[in-house]
Amino acid sequence: MEEFLTTPAGIALILVAQGLLMAIFLLLSAYFLIYADRKVWAAVQMRRGPNVVGAWGILQSGADMLKLVFKEIIVPAGSDKAVFFLAPLASFFLAIAAWAVVPLNEGWELSNINVAILYVFAVSSLEVYGVIMGGWASNSKYPFLGSLRSAAQMISYEVSIGLIIIGVILSTGSMNFGDIVRAQDGDYGIFSWYWLPHFPMVFLFFISALAETNRPPFDLPEAESELVAGFQVEYSSTPFLLFMAGELIAVWLMCALTALLFFGGWLSPIPGLPDGPVWMIGKMAFFFFIFAMVKAITPRYRYDQLMRLGWKVFLPMSLAWVVIVAFLAKFEAFGGAYARWAIGG
Amino acid sequence: MSVLSFTFYLFSICVIVGGLFTVISRNPVHSVLWLILSFLSSAGLFVLLGAEFVAILLVIVYVGAVSVLFLFVVMMLDVDFAQLKAEMARYLPLGLLIGVVLLMQLGMAFGNWTASEGAEAARAAIAPADTHNTAALGLLIYDRYFLLFQLAGLILLVAMVGAIVLTLRHRKHVKRQDVLAQMYRDPATAMELKDVKPGQGL
Repeated sequence: MEEFLTTPAGIALILVAQGLLMAIFLLLSAYFLIYADRKVWAAVQMRRGPNVVGAWGILQSGADMLKLVFKEIIVPAGSDKAVFFLAPLASFFLAIAAWAVVPLNEGWELSNINVAILYVFAVSSLEVYGVIMGGWASNSKYPFLGSLRSAAQMISYEVSIGLIIIGVILSTGSMNFGDIVRAQDGDYGIFSWYWLPHFPMVFLFFISALAETNRPPFDLPEAESELVAGFQVEYSSTPFLLFMAGELIAVWLMCALTALLFFGGWLSPIPGLPDGPVWMIGKMAFFFFIFAMVKAITPRYRYDQLMRLGWKVFLPMSLAWVVIVAFLAKFEAFGGAYARWAIGG
Repeated sequence: MSVLSFTFYLFSICVIVGGLFTVISRNPVHSVLWLILSFLSSAGLFVLLGAEFVAILLVIVYVGAVSVLFLFVVMMLDVDFAQLKAEMARYLPLGLLIGVVLLMQLGMAFGNWTASEGAEAARAAIAPADTHNTAALGLLIYDRYFLLFQLAGLILLVAMVGAIVLTLRHRKHVKRQDVLAQMYRDPATAMELKDVKPGQGL
């Protein structure tokens, strides 16, 4: 058995098993994220939320999923069939593919590559294709307008996310998630984490993440008051389910990135308690809670305001921050808080 | 066949098939999608070479940004596919001629190509063994080829400025939004209260 696992077939088997395990984790979390999202939203609006199917409505997501799967798939006349079905697949597949390098604990990742953070950035910059292809292939006005809006929005906010990530890379001296988290493991507990040295960027990153994943208050691609449901108008049944699951998994990825880049990943916030995946998942759940709260309490942005914020506010700020961090790291200011590679962190 | 050569052939075939369909597919949007397949597969080839940083950059720049712009432009175009196909048939002989000439030139160049001894080794050993290739690339670009790198950036800047200058028109009579003016508006300056007597009007 041991011998078999070192042959190419054995290695392939292990990889497939690990991938399946990750996929199951993601689908399970998507299941509970929808439920949590709806419950938080309901609580803010003093409603009950899902409460009929199963105890406390816990089976509601499953019921919705079954309902969507058993509906008829409607293909609009004059649509480009191949691209029409490629779009939700691409959206779902890419959302899951990004998780290949995200660690939940020391060494708990499918692939430990040197350019991990760039890989995540690359895959999440591809997610825009699901939206564009879906909007174009539907052969209808509203989806097309929605997809154009959405593509412009996602590209705009990717730029500032990229620049914020460069700040963290400069401080760490590595693009590997393991190195980034280990660099945050300092003498001052939670005050060694990057949220303190990179304080303004935490907010910029979070807001850009909202825009990048098309979450409210930046859910303009599916602004139902103007565009019905944006690029998803013509989608029904399983393709729609794939879009929705892909979107949620992308949100979950952004929660994981926030935890890894700024909040110490799997490091324990309380001195004395051991580090572990519990902390990582707890932090991710906390950021998802904030995502849900933002959805509940903010009104939607107007499109020109959104573009203005992205290009005229966030881009100059994050660009300036890269320069500032570069200087602070070069001269090892504040005891090397910006140059963890220099102090052996 | 080892796993490595299998993946090499897989990616290579994808690059060629993607390139072929980019040219021959009738719908320009499909062309761009095939082009994306081609880009992604060449990123895979870079990974096989161990140049992971270049591979990811290829995906970010070409697939994540350039192709999105292509797709934007192509989706906006109102193209008559039948006419496009007819024109393709018209230009086919010329295209074939250019292709044959290029092939002959390449054949002549590479047919006489002889590498001097140790040339391969000198090219391969450019990165020190103990640094991984992102750091090695950084050292090369920012130390050895600093001037060339900066000049390349300057050329891009000039191209960008040129494009903006060519397309920028200052139009008058366009209502622009002044965000500061909007924010500093208050009820005292923005509206006037009138006390209207019943039955009299203003």
